[in-house]
Amino acid sequence: MAATTGIGAPVRRKEDQRFITGKGQYTDDINRPGQAYAVFVRSPHAHANIKSIDASAAQKAPGCLAVYTGADIAKDKVGGLICGWLIHSKDGSPMKAGAHPALAQGKVRYVGDHVAVVIAETLAEARDAAEKVNVTYETLPAVVDVATAQNPGQAQLHAEAPNNTVYQWHLGDKAAVDAAFASAKHVTRIDLVNNRLIPNAIEPRAAIGEYDSGNDSLTLYTTSQNPHVARLVLSAFIGLAPEHKLRVIAPDVGGGFGSKIFIYAEETVCLWASRKVGRPVKWTADRSESFLADAHGRDHATTAELAVDGDGKILALRAKTKANLGGYLSTFASSVPTYLYAPLLSGQYNIPAIYCEVDGVYTTTAPVDAYRGAGRPEATFVVERLVEVTARQIGQDPAEFRRKNFIRSFPHATPVIMTYDAGDYEGCLNKALELADYKGVGARKAESARKGLKRGVGFSAYIEACGIAPSAAVGSLGAGVGLWESAEVRVNPTGSVEVLTGSHSHGQGHETTFAQLVSQRLGIPFEQVTVVHGDTDKVQFGMGTYGSRSGAVGMSAIYYAIDKVIVKAKKVAGFVLEVAADTVDFKEGIFSSTATNKTLTFPEVALQAYIAHKFSGAQLEPGLKEGAFFDPTNFTFPAGVHICEVEIDPETGATRIDRWTAVDDFGELINPMIVEGQVHGGVAQGVGQALLEGAVYNKEGQLVTASYMDYTMPRASDLPTLQVAMSGTPCPSNPLGIKGCGEAGAIAAPAAVINAITDALGHEAIAMPATPLAVWRAAQTSPTKMAAE
Amino acid sequence: MFFRKKAAETAAAPGAASAQTGGGTVHVAMTVNGKPVAAEIDPRMLLVQFLRDHLRLTGTHVGCDTSQCGACVVHVEGRAAKSCTLLAATCDGARITTIEGLATDGKLHPMQEAFRQHHGLQCGFCTPGMIMAAVDLVQRSGGKLDDHAIREGLEGNLCRCTGYHNIVAAVKAAAANMGSMRQAAE
Repeated sequence: MAATTGIGAPVRRKEDQRFITGKGQYTDDINRPGQAYAVFVRSPHAHANIKSIDASAAQKAPGCLAVYTGADIAKDKVGGLICGWLIHSKDGSPMKAGAHPALAQGKVRYVGDHVAVVIAETLAEARDAAEKVNVTYETLPAVVDVATAQNPGQAQLHAEAPNNTVYQWHLGDKAAVDAAFASAKHVTRIDLVNNRLIPNAIEPRAAIGEYDSGNDSLTLYTTSQNPHVARLVLSAFIGLAPEHKLRVIAPDVGGGFGSKIFIYAEETVCLWASRKVGRPVKWTADRSESFLADAHGRDHATTAELAVDGDGKILALRAKTKANLGGYLSTFASSVPTYLYAPLLSGQYNIPAIYCEVDGVYTTTAPVDAYRGAGRPEATFVVERLVEVTARQIGQDPAEFRRKNFIRSFPHATPVIMTYDAGDYEGCLNKALELADYKGVGARKAESARKGLKRGVGFSAYIEACGIAPSAAVGSLGAGVGLWESAEVRVNPTGSVEVLTGSHSHGQGHETTFAQLVSQRLGIPFEQVTVVHGDTDKVQFGMGTYGSRSGAVGMSAIYYAIDKVIVKAKKVAGFVLEVAADTVDFKEGIFSSTATNKTLTFPEVALQAYIAHKFSGAQLEPGLKEGAFFDPTNFTFPAGVHICEVEIDPETGATRIDRWTAVDDFGELINPMIVEGQVHGGVAQGVGQALLEGAVYNKEGQLVTASYMDYTMPRASDLPTLQVAMSGTPCPSNPLGIKGCGEAGAIAAPAAVINAITDALGHEAIAMPATPLAVWRAAQTSPTKMAAE
Repeated sequence: MFFRKKAAETAAAPGAASAQTGGGTVHVAMTVNGKPVAAEIDPRMLLVQFLRDHLRLTGTHVGCDTSQCGACVVHVEGRAAKSCTLLAATCDGARITTIEGLATDGKLHPMQEAFRQHHGLQCGFCTPGMIMAAVDLVQRSGGKLDDHAIREGLEGNLCRCTGYHNIVAAVKAAAANMGSMRQAAE
């Protein structure tokens, strides 16, 4: 049994049966009796004062039940949306954040900002009525560009944040870095833009708020990666209902990638409005709304420098970043360009001194928050571009320059908070070089050249911090929550098991992988395990799924709950076998004892636990159900090497990815099929960032890439066949040795692609996305001076 | 198109004209997953709304409303079509198959089975449209599909989870199975 369904087996997924037959249950598939529909009136301007809102015509429109504006939500004292991580500037002052109301209070700060909501009998009637809401605006200048948003004379978004500056944060030892740079033999300096992305889960966000007047309670069905966090925020901060009177259900969720972590205006308004109209209120984003009002990702402008000595050893790294936070601070926006970014600037390298400054900046654009990788792709792009350019400038092979500077002993404390616990960076590199046939690159380049094409090879030796995160550690850095995870293992009298987890699956396959763990440890068939998640009335509490934490943290909680189940089950078995509990052994589903030749199966013990005939209440509590909270002792540090090989047609600028080799160290694997799938998807998003995707606001603050006709999503024909291999060192900070795999591809890929393109072109002047036009232009310039010279 | 002849017949039938003007609704009748269905609907109703909201066949999804993502692909008269940009009224008389109607007698279609075997799905949201498009692609190809043709053939369907790698593997495997099934049937 365990060989085919246990830990390490490529088990086919339990959840697939419903997804491939159309029986999935996503939020928009749910309809509640008497349900009405919400449509939001959104700002058409990037920045404006609202002079007046005339809803009289809309209120008279067919089917219209209500029109609510910011004045209504203020009158009901509904709290604003929050940012849950307090960052302090280098002068010690707390970040300067303006209010984030669910419906605008007199001013709008990005195109798509929420001005009013129309509730009507049908969706079509709600849309029609929304067209009749007449809003008069006094437009204000837009502020779009992160690099110049702090300049004097720019329009101010929030009075609380002078010069649109939320914080000026730093990390590291500036004096040590300055000294290292002063003594360096060579300094590489590059300017980088980490392009703004729109997450684009294929399922648009949706919410149904439902008020039960009989119980004075609220239920929210929503597209969330963390329903308990949503409940906590909606009750404790936004104040819609006491926590025990609010149920949040996140059913099947069609992809998240970070964008469904956050607590948004729409679900807040649907819940609040359902109480006011006395009907369930449903909202489903159309794709235009997703583009405008889902939290975006990335959007950094960075200047970065690397200092090396005469032997090619790295001495220090320095970076200054301006991070676009958008018009308001989203739920975790403040942490992404700070504590999820700068602590990864050591990469896989032994860098004695690092200093990073980050300005968090308001602009009249959609809020920016965590998107797959969240800060870590930005860090890897800085480190791996710096390392690659440096190797080229000092005339060393990029692979060998990396090898020379790899960290080789563990634990390794970097100068930027982290202590890496385990890894074998050279092992990954060697394996990747072999699988990619690096020795054959020269011949392949010559062959491409004969066809008039330019071939290039790019490396990305990434690291990330996952398994987020030790609660005390993140608390000391400003997090408003702990980042443990909970689990409950409920054994039924017949021996089948329900596992309740605070993690949430929205594509990761938890129903399968979590069942693999339980099945193996309890020695029961895989089919006898059901995983329950996504409902605050079923699962007591949980922190949800993001940051590749569900294996390392969520499964560890299940592991310890199972430990407790086994301890209790051994006591039951002791009574039944009439032996001392401490002589009972449990192995592969069988309870035995050296004191008897009788044995019991796991279902037999489960039944005895519930019928409780063999022990008294004074001796043992009946039943078999245990829970555990797991708080990790460290982050986990997945790492690996990705090698991208491109072929560019200089006549058209088309870049074709010819080969992709990934060697990843994710520690122990529960289900290698699922892990490889996570790498594939991550690489696709990273390649999308490097070649295709980019959110563009024009100078008036209009999002000009607000549809799939304008924002280029990776399609099947844009991507290569991927060669994915593993090279694992177990993680020592959780019982399963798991590091996490969800974000690796998206973190590794952009630098690998750009390093390959710049290798092919012979110069460094190319920005993401490297569209055919951008590459064609770059290809027209003969290899010129490198940007750093 | 497939439904034009049938629609013309309906329009010529007594009472059809009044159905289109009376109360702002139109009468539609079609066969969905082998079952005849009929309803008076808002003329603006899209086929996908008819399937999801009226028939409660929620396996067909809406990802973009603009024919770009393909989550809404169903078969209309056996050919893949994006149900988010077809008016239900224009499908009067048509034979529609959705993801719920793809398995026969409780047995999964080879494409469904291949998606599971090859891990061709993660969150599952694009999957129904992807499977319906892939079935049509294989049927049109006469079984001659290499990786390149599959990738080009799925141009109209977005997946954000899988990077398409395993979808391509699944479609290739299903094409082989569908081919051998066809041969066995012949």
